Amino acid sequence: MKLTKLFLASTALTAMTAVSVAAEVENLTLVSWGGAYQKSQSRAYSEPYAEMTGMSFNWDESSSEAVAKLRAMSEAGNVTWDLVDVEAADAMRLCDEGLAVEIDPDEDLAAAPDGTPASEDFGDMIVSDCFIPQIVYSTTFGYRTDLVGDTAPSSICDVFDLEAYPGKRALAKKPIGNMEWALMCDGVAKEDIYDVLSTEEGQEKALAKLDTIKAETVWWSAGADTPQLLADGEVVMGSTYNGRLFSVIEEQKQPVAMLWDAQLFDIDGWIIPEGLSEERLAAVKEFLKFATDTQRLADQAKYISYGPARMSSAPLVGKHADLGIDMAPHMPTDPANAQNTLLNNYEFWADYRDDIDAKFQAWLAK
Amino acid sequence: MAVMSETFKPATPLKIGAPGALGGVIGLFVGVANGSALLGILIGAGLLAVLAYGSMSLGNGQERVVRWVILAAISALGLILTGTMGLVLGLIFGWLFGWFIYWIGEGRYRAHLAPYLTSGQVLWHYGFLLICAAIFAFLITPILVVMPLSFNAQDFFTFTPEMLRLDPAGYSLKHYRDFFTNSEWTSAVANSVKIAPVATLISVSLGTLAAIGLSSDHVPFKRAIMAILISPMIVPLIISAAGMYFFYSKIGMQGTYWGVVLAHAVLGIPFVIITVTATLVGFDRSLTRAAANMGADPVTTFFRVQMPLILPGVISGGLFAFITSFDEVVVVLFVGSAKQQTLPWQMFVGLREQISPTILACATILVVISIALLTTVEVLRRRSEKMRGMSPG
Repeated sequence: MKLTKLFLASTALTAMTAVSVAAEVENLTLVSWGGAYQKSQSRAYSEPYAEMTGMSFNWDESSSEAVAKLRAMSEAGNVTWDLVDVEAADAMRLCDEGLAVEIDPDEDLAAAPDGTPASEDFGDMIVSDCFIPQIVYSTTFGYRTDLVGDTAPSSICDVFDLEAYPGKRALAKKPIGNMEWALMCDGVAKEDIYDVLSTEEGQEKALAKLDTIKAETVWWSAGADTPQLLADGEVVMGSTYNGRLFSVIEEQKQPVAMLWDAQLFDIDGWIIPEGLSEERLAAVKEFLKFATDTQRLADQAKYISYGPARMSSAPLVGKHADLGIDMAPHMPTDPANAQNTLLNNYEFWADYRDDIDAKFQAWLAK
Repeated sequence: MAVMSETFKPATPLKIGAPGALGGVIGLFVGVANGSALLGILIGAGLLAVLAYGSMSLGNGQERVVRWVILAAISALGLILTGTMGLVLGLIFGWLFGWFIYWIGEGRYRAHLAPYLTSGQVLWHYGFLLICAAIFAFLITPILVVMPLSFNAQDFFTFTPEMLRLDPAGYSLKHYRDFFTNSEWTSAVANSVKIAPVATLISVSLGTLAAIGLSSDHVPFKRAIMAILISPMIVPLIISAAGMYFFYSKIGMQGTYWGVVLAHAVLGIPFVIITVTATLVGFDRSLTRAAANMGADPVTTFFRVQMPLILPGVISGGLFAFITSFDEVVVVLFVGSAKQQTLPWQMFVGLREQISPTILACATILVVISIALLTTVEVLRRRSEKMRGMSPG
């Protein structure tokens, strides 16, 4: 008898939840990378917005598989994400496949305080019609100050120098970055890197250079791996995102220092998935306008050491919200840090990624 | 037996050789940690052999004194060499060495064994125990290692030098504080607690009914039905999950609370069916006929006669179903949305995106809860068996 009652009760509950799906948008699902980065977005964008409008936010830490999941969602005809944080390269792919909404920067995004339209304020950062840039970050190296001897590494080629800096290194388990650095340290001039890398011999050459440190390399796939390996002293130096290294050095106080040489710049930003209802799209765009204005982008730099994508935000970057240290010297774009930089070449990697990826994975397995 | 142990005296090479071998093994570990395995073995073996020879030549009456001396000496050595941690290890090993030397030297290892066993059989007896202990350690160590790490004062999965020195500054409860105050974790716990019991209730109700139906004689195609009902356990989870994702998307249940509950119920049903079917094998059908004979309708018979007897099977099936739902990460990643982010999901993304010891704090809490839960169920089961006189204990 009790069972029957329970079933009745559960059926009633199902019916109730079905009814309570509200017509007005009160809740947005944002997709990001988790960790300190997501927290910085939450504190700089969504918390103030929630206070202003009463909107509530759900965070889904799925950015690393955003492309695959968005494909599945569009196939199933059931898009449950409202705003997705992705790398520029992924935004281009999603845009090409029609999985992201095209936006008009001057219409959909706020102008700078001095009236400069958004398209000029973001400038070259808008690498795709669907992409709303947020931050400039870089993939760069950190090293254990207590394990590198008397002369700290100062050049990217020190990563390949096993004699001067014996010990394990941590490198990303993907060709982007590693191939460029290998060629640079094999005597290829910076401006010729992508010309060389587009040839079969050039790719062989890069892999041959990587071969010299392969036995001493730990391959990482999540941004949190290298900080852990550095903290353990399991690696002497390793590449990861500069914000992660900032957290290891300044927040966790580990004996680690930055090696900014040949840092690889990349852009991260939002896309709106295709297939949202009209009300949701309007609600998302309203939030987006707020979250990418000059002040909000500058605010994010209070919580994490990534550079704001708007030119007008740069002068507003202040001190870290909790640590009270000046953030400008920790930005990858700071002149002292940006003496020698690479920029992720999206066009090149869009054309060659599959091919070089396959070769890289085959080489890894050897 | 006591007489046996007095008359039995092991040969001198064994008295010194066995402690020497123990010293060698422990020396190997210490040596590897300090850079030289060979030196470790030699020092360890030598030290224990000398200790064994010394204590044995002192004769019988001195055991208590000698063991205290060994304990004090080794602890002091540990304290001088590596501080507090060395003292703890020294106390453990000092006690172990003293006990082992006399256990071998006085022939106590034969005390509770049958007197006619050959040396080889005695060796195998203890070898077997050693293998069992090694397997046990192999299974349990990864779980135990997590626990001290969860009290780490740093945000990494690292035994810091402070922790190894047992310095209080190296330990902190901040990851537990984070677990109980961070909204990501608290809402994940809340979601898991909302989903798992309801899914369990559904799987237990449906699974028990299915098991009873399948065990009656008049049901056709029993094997085929059974195979279909068990299939969620056999089909790779990722396949079920992808299938459910597309199916739920079509009918608008993807990303809903009930979608996740039903998906978890489906995964839990096979466990209930299997355990209840196994209990029903020992169930005497004539009891239900007797109840019917006395005028009870089938429902009354079920709740008053059958259910109490198969309850142990139902409870353990329910426990499995609960754990399946509580531990499940693949299906919920597909079927759920951010609003149904469960504890395993949070742990999964937490491990991938930010290696934070909060996961270890959570794991420790879960381990403690699991142990408490299983102990409770086991105690209840034994008590009910005793009350019904099913178990001689």
